[in-house]
Formats: sequence, structure tokens, C-alpha cells
Amino acid sequence: MDLDLSESELAFQAEARAWLAANVPAEPLPSMDTAEGWALHQEWEAKLAEARWSVVSWPRAYHGREASLVEWVIFEEEYYRAGAPGRVSQNGIFLLAPIIFDHGTQEQRDRFLPTMATGERIWAQCWSEPEAGSDLASLTSTARRDDARGGWVLNGQKTWSSRATFAHWGFGLFRSDPSAERHRGLTYFLFPLDADGVTVRPIAQLDGEAGFAEVFFEDMFVPDSDVLGAPGDGWRVAMSTAGNERGLSLRSPGRFCAAADRLVELYGATRGELGGDDVVDAWIKAQAYRFYTWGTVTRLANGGDMGAAGSVNKVFWSELDIALHETALDLLGPEAELESRWLDGYTFALSGPIYAGTNEVQRNIVAERILGLPREVRG
Amino acid sequence: MRFELTDDQRDFAASLDRLLAGADTAKVARAWADGEHAPGLKLWARLAEQGVPMLATEATPVEVCVAFEALGRFAVPGPWVESAAYLPVALGREVEGIATVAVAPHVPLALDADVADEVYVGSTLATAAGARYVSVDRTRRLFEVTGEGDPDRAAFDLAVLATSAQLLGLGERLLADSVTYVKQRKQFGRQIGSYQAIKHALADVRIALDFARPLVFAAALDQVSVSAAKVACSDAAYLASRTGLQVHGAIGYTAEFDLSIWVTKVRALVGAWGTPAWHRARLRQDLGIA
Repeated sequence: MDLDLSESELAFQAEARAWLAANVPAEPLPSMDTAEGWALHQEWEAKLAEARWSVVSWPRAYHGREASLVEWVIFEEEYYRAGAPGRVSQNGIFLLAPIIFDHGTQEQRDRFLPTMATGERIWAQCWSEPEAGSDLASLTSTARRDDARGGWVLNGQKTWSSRATFAHWGFGLFRSDPSAERHRGLTYFLFPLDADGVTVRPIAQLDGEAGFAEVFFEDMFVPDSDVLGAPGDGWRVAMSTAGNERGLSLRSPGRFCAAADRLVELYGATRGELGGDDVVDAWIKAQAYRFYTWGTVTRLANGGDMGAAGSVNKVFWSELDIALHETALDLLGPEAELESRWLDGYTFALSGPIYAGTNEVQRNIVAERILGLPREVRG
Repeated sequence: MRFELTDDQRDFAASLDRLLAGADTAKVARAWADGEHAPGLKLWARLAEQGVPMLATEATPVEVCVAFEALGRFAVPGPWVESAAYLPVALGREVEGIATVAVAPHVPLALDADVADEVYVGSTLATAAGARYVSVDRTRRLFEVTGEGDPDRAAFDLAVLATSAQLLGLGERLLADSVTYVKQRKQFGRQIGSYQAIKHALADVRIALDFARPLVFAAALDQVSVSAAKVACSDAAYLASRTGLQVHGAIGYTAEFDLSIWVTKVRALVGAWGTPAWHRARLRQDLGIA
């Protein structure tokens, strides 16, 4: 049992640290959910890609470095420690790409992955619908077969689509077999958001920015070449563990450790008389998350999978993120309500327990799949 | 980078679990609480045969944690932290037989001084043992001792780590027993474990324990302060005890039902070898924000 980095891992760490120190913008970029901020975040992605830091774990042919899982975690730690910008390409590189690697055709990999790596094409997820949130399998947007044109015709509405306001392409599930029950008969589609038959309507989030949108489909044609996996197999494709491992389930500890360090600094600077224990507790939890992740990485490197532990992880990091930022706001006192990096972090953190599977759904998964408690009666 | 127990460490944990699972430790604990030490001393000898007292001097802190998690899981009574963690480091040698110690101000009383072959204050032999005090955990028989001796920081830290691992084991057992119970108990025509109010409470215990564990082993590898492990394990085990008691309902509140042995031990150990408040203060100091 050890937590030591090898020589090559230390060299990788030093290289990442040096590049980030020389290249991370001195001032935080404007929010990626504004037109100006969006463009600057895309430029940043291009810069990362040019130096092969945008998708370190990918194959070299797609701008990666074939980095190991340990190196990926190291990179993420360095990335956040350096205060580098949020990843506007996150939905694509963490959620969609692993599925394209596992279930896509070679033609799809060659067509989609390079521009995803460079940030030239940004992807938005289109999962939820107005009546299908936690119960995603009840979705009703349809895909109708069009043999004449060799593809499918999409109709319906998606909502809470992160980044869809400015993104170029989307991915999501549609019901391709209306006679099949729930999880069966769904197909995974990739589609341009500026095509005929698609309307994107931005939704202002509680901080006023259009971080997500609703997307309407009216007889939108999608060719067979943009179906991911087999028709009717969309649920299995979307839920495959590979798609979660490096995505939101195995969320890098870097972000939380960096925030915990800044929180300790803030406490030192404000010399608050109160809140010391909250600062320490948030710091302890960030360390716990970091060591827990090294345990997960060890398991995955041995060929294990994340499984339901991803739900344990998600509840913990999303609540930790809120605790870190709430504590900072408490320390800031009456100035906490004023615009600041802490306030931005706080409003962002508030969404954590809701997206990527609400924490209530995650607790059900922990209780049923890890503790073995009986399934609740469902309607 | 390989943050998991080795096969040897896993085998050691499994052999301790096997030994303890067959030893009716709840009965041993009840006898110990009544001052009937014979079954507990017999169990002590069997654990000594497995090498538990020599881990602090002959193995690594990781093995110490493995052993103490097992001692916690089975609520084994006796001055194990004193004999197998604090004193071997403070004295620089394995303890023969049973020894105990008071380390003021955090450990003001000596556990089980009446059965110990040797009683210390700090790292010096005590001059006298005095009155007995009654703990919330009836198996913890605590005694006033007199003597002059300085605390040993390294020894204290290993005791903190061992106590953290013990809390982890206590919490794991409380969760396991609670899960078993809520699958059996039916109310309103259904297993109570099928209700979300129960499921989510137990899921939170699972999550708290899963994130306390890596701090214990990271502290054993000297990668984080033992105080972080003690705070996290205290919180997680305490949550396990409160939730466990709640989901058991009135039966859990009886002395007759074994759950009470684990519930009361958690409360006692939360405050032993440095209270959570003291450990948080020490972490603040380490972080330069005292």
C-alpha cells in the first residue's frame, strides 16, 4: 500500500505544472455562458490541445498523450491548482467521448473526436425532458424511421441542456420503438444544433446566465451515420460504465482540493473569529475525497469498475462543493452577496446535487445496489 | 501508487475476522463490563497469538489499523489501544501481557487498570491506582492513577490512529447490523428497509464511512494528520450509531439487545485520545490558521 508517484509520473507532473504556470491566463476568463466568455474558453481549449493537454488520456492520433488514469488525476490536480479556466468542452470530452470510443464506429471516432479535442466543436447533452427528469427512461421524444433517406426523423423536446445555448452539436436519447417498454426501444443520436428542424431556446439560470437551454425538434432528419451504437440499444450505450468513469462519477479531486486550499487562505486573511471548524471540516473532506479517488484509481487500474460506488462519490463531491463555498461565504460576512469568484463557485455548486442524477436517486442506488435494501414500490 | 491493502494485509484482516466471529465477543464484552475478566483474557491471549500486540513495533501502522478495525467491528473489550499502540511506541518495545496508561489531559483515566500487569502515566510506571469511574460504555472500566510521566507525541498519534480504525470498525458493524434489521422488520405491510426515509439515512452512513476509511490509511502512510482521520471516523461512526439506533427503534434502546454495546462504545471513543474539538484545533494549527 503506497501513495507514491513513480519517476515518470513525477516527470509528467512537473511538465504539466510548468506548462500551466506559463500559460494559464492571469485573470479569470469571463463566464463561459456569455458570448464573449464562450469564445475565450474555446480559444483556451485550442491552446490546451496544441500542447496536448486537452485530452491527456486519449490516443495520440486524437491529440492525446495516452496518459494513465493516475496521470489523468495528476493533470487534473495541477490544472485546478493553477487556477485554469473551467472546461467548456466538458460534456463532450468526459461524457460523450468515452461512449464514442466504446460504441462508435471508426468513421465516427475519426469524424468527431479531433474537433472535440481542439474545442472547435463543443457538445451539449440533451437528456432530460419536461416530464422525464430523474425518471429518464420515461422520455417521450421520438425517432421515426425514414428508410427512403437512410436515417431517422426526430420530434419532441429536451430541456436543461447544459451548454446548448452556444454549443454546436448535441447528443441524447430518443424513443425509436414506441411499442417497446421504457428502457428498451431508445436510440442514441448525435445531431447539429443549427440544423433545420432544431430550435434552441436559452434558459437563464438562477445567476442570470444562459448555462442551459431547451431544445425543440420538429421533423429533424438525422442520417444513420450519426446514430451511436445500435438502434434500440441507446439506454445500454448511455449507461455503460465507461461513460462514467472519467466523467462525473470519477470527478477529479483537483477542483475541491484547490478550493479547500483557497478557503484556508481566506480564513487566514479574514482572521474570522468564527467558522474555523467549518474550514477544517471542509479541508478534511477535500483530503478524504482525494485519497478516496486514489483508491478508486487503484481499483480501476486493476480492471475493476466504478459500479454503484459512482453514486457514493457523486453525493459526496456535490455536498462537499456546497460546504466549501458556503463556508467561504460565511467568512466573507456581509460582503458574501457581492459578485466574486466564491459567489460564482457557490451558485455553480448549488446545481451539483441536482444534475448528473439527483442525490436522491444516487442514495436510492447506494441503498439498493450497495447495501442490498429492497427496491421501493414504483408506480 | 497502489492505495489498497496488499494480499497479506487482507489475509490478516480475514483471519482476525474469522477468529473474532467465532468468539461471541458480545458475551465477552458483557462479562468484562461485570468485572468477569476470564473470557476476555482468554480472547486477549488468542489475539496475542495472532501477533496483535507486536504490530506497533514489528509491522507498519497499516497493519495496526487493520487489527484495530477488526477489534472495533467485534467490540473487543480491554486496553488494546494502550497495550498495542501507545505503550509499545512510548516504551520502545513490545508490551508483555496487559498494560494500560493515563496520558493527561486527553486520557485522564487509565482503562482497565485493575487487570493490567503494568500501569503507566505518560511513559513512566504509575505509583498508585485509585477510584474506578463508570463509563457510558460499561466495558470501559476507568481508573484514577497517580504518577509523574510525560506524554509521548509519536505514541499518542499511533493511539489516535488505532482509535480511529476502531471507530471505523464499530461504524461498519453498526451499519451491517442495521441493514440486516431493516430487511427483517416489517411495518405497514412492508420491510421498513424499502422506505426511502430509512434507505437514505443508511446510504448516508455508507457514504460517511467510505470517505473516512481513506483518511485512516493515508494517515497510516503519513500522508495526512491522524487528527483528520480521528475527526472523520468519529463523525462517521457517530452517524452510524445514531442512525442505527433510530432504525432499530425501541429494541435498539435496550441493554439486552447487543446493539447497545456498539452504540455506547462509539460515544466513548469519540471523546477518547483527543476530542474532535481538540483534533480540529490541532489541524488548524497545522494549516497555519490557529
